[in-house]
Amino acid sequence: MVLKYKITLVFYAVLFMATSLIAQEKGMVTIKRGTYVPLYGTSDKKPVEVSTFKIDVYPVTNEEYVNFLKKNPQYSRSKIKGLFADKSYLSHWKSDFDYAPGKNNAPATNVSWFAAKKYCECQGKRLPTMDEWEYVAMADEKRIDARTKEEYNKYILSWYEKSKTYNNPIGKTFKNYWGVYDMHGLVWEWTSDFNSIMLSGESRKDKDSDKNLFCGSGSVNASDLMNYAAFMRYAFRGSLKASYTTRNLGFRCAKDLKK
Amino acid sequence: MKKIVMGLLILLIGLQSCTSQKKNDTATATNKTISDLSIYNLPSQWTTQDNKNIEMKDLKGKVLVMVMIYTSCKSACPRLVADMRHIEERIPENLKDKVQLVLVSIDPTVDTPKRLKDFSIENKMDNNQWLFLRSSEENTREFAAVLAVNYKKISPMDFSHSNIISVFNADGELAFQQEGLGVSYDETVNKITEEAEKLN
Repeated sequence: MVLKYKITLVFYAVLFMATSLIAQEKGMVTIKRGTYVPLYGTSDKKPVEVSTFKIDVYPVTNEEYVNFLKKNPQYSRSKIKGLFADKSYLSHWKSDFDYAPGKNNAPATNVSWFAAKKYCECQGKRLPTMDEWEYVAMADEKRIDARTKEEYNKYILSWYEKSKTYNNPIGKTFKNYWGVYDMHGLVWEWTSDFNSIMLSGESRKDKDSDKNLFCGSGSVNASDLMNYAAFMRYAFRGSLKASYTTRNLGFRCAKDLKK
Repeated sequence: MKKIVMGLLILLIGLQSCTSQKKNDTATATNKTISDLSIYNLPSQWTTQDNKNIEMKDLKGKVLVMVMIYTSCKSACPRLVADMRHIEERIPENLKDKVQLVLVSIDPTVDTPKRLKDFSIENKMDNNQWLFLRSSEENTREFAAVLAVNYKKISPMDFSHSNIISVFNADGELAFQQEGLGVSYDETVNKITEEAEKLN
C-alpha cells in the first residue's frame, strides 16, 4: 500500500517535472539558418552566417523574472553585487520581489547584462548573439528580410520616438515571419556580445577611426547607411556597460539546437 | 525502493534548478571578505601559460595590471604589450613583488597555453611578474565586460578591440584605467605604486 502510494507519487512528480520542462521550451521558436550582411562587424561586408537556433517568442516578463529572483535571491535588488549591476537595477520595483501591480506581463527591465545572462543560464538557455538578434529582427510579418522596406524602417523609427513603451505588456506588437513578437516596439534588448561594437568617436578615447586604434581596423563599415534604425541599435549597444541598467532595456533568451 | 525514489527526485530537481547556483552560494559563504565590486566574485576558470588552472581570486593580495590582447595581432597589440613592459620597468624595485601583470587572451582558440608561453618568451615576459590567461569564449566575453573592453572577431585572423590597461587594487576593485594607444602612462604607474605601497 505504502509502496503503491510512493510509486504514484513518483509518477506524478515525474509527470509534473516533465511538463514543466516542456513548458520551458514552449515559448521558443526555431529560427532556420541563413546569412545576412549586418550593418557593422565585417571588414569585407561579406554575409554573416547564422546557424539554426531557438529564440524566445517574447521578452522575459516581470513575473518570470521575479520567479528567477526567488530561486536566486543573490540576484535580488538588495543582494546583487555592485560588480554585476549598477544602482538602478530594478529600481522601479517596489521591493526585492515586488514589481508594480498589474505589470506581471510587462517586460523585465532595469536589468544588467550579468543578471540577464544568469537568468538565461538558469533556464538552460543563453542570451542571443547580436547577429542572431539582428537576423530575427530584420523580419516583418511576411519577409525574412524587410530591411529595405521603407515602411518597416518607418515603423521602427516611429517606435524609437515613442516614450514609455516598456509599460506595455508583451505580445502586443506584430508577430514576425518566425513567429517572434516584440523585436521592435516594446523594449531594447541585451545580446550576449553587446560589447563587440567598435564605434569610433564613442565614449572611448579612440576618437578617430585611425588604423592604429584597432588591430585589424576597418571594423566600422556601415554596409547600409540608409538603415538608420539599425545604426541606433548598434550605437546604443556601443554605449552600454555590462553592469548598466536602464528602464527601456530588457532581454530574451536563445538556445542552440540540440545536436 | 526508497533509494530509487530519492534518486529520481534528486535527479529531477537537479535538472530543474540552475547548475552553478549551489557552487556560487558556497563561494559567497566562504569569501565574505570579498567586496561587492571585486573581480574575485567572478567564478570563471582560467588557464595560465604554464598550464595551471586558476580563478581570479587566486590572484588576491596583489595589485593587478591587466590588458586584453591576442598573440597573432600585428597592429595595436604589440604597442599595448610594449606599454605593459614600460609600465613594469617603472614600478619601483621594492614594490615589484606586490604587482602582477596579467595579459588575457581574447582569442582562446589560437592562444593555447603553449602559444602564450612562447609569446611570453619572445617578448621577454617570462618571469614571475607576468601572467598570461585564457579561458572559454564565454568567460572571456564576460571578463571583457567587466573591464569594459569591447572586441569583435572581424576576420578569421583578426579582432578589433579597445585598448585599455586596467589597474586593480589588492582587493580586486578597479582602481584606474588607461585608455587608448600612445597615451602617457605616468598616471597608471602612479596608481600602481600608490596601491602597492598600501601593502607594505
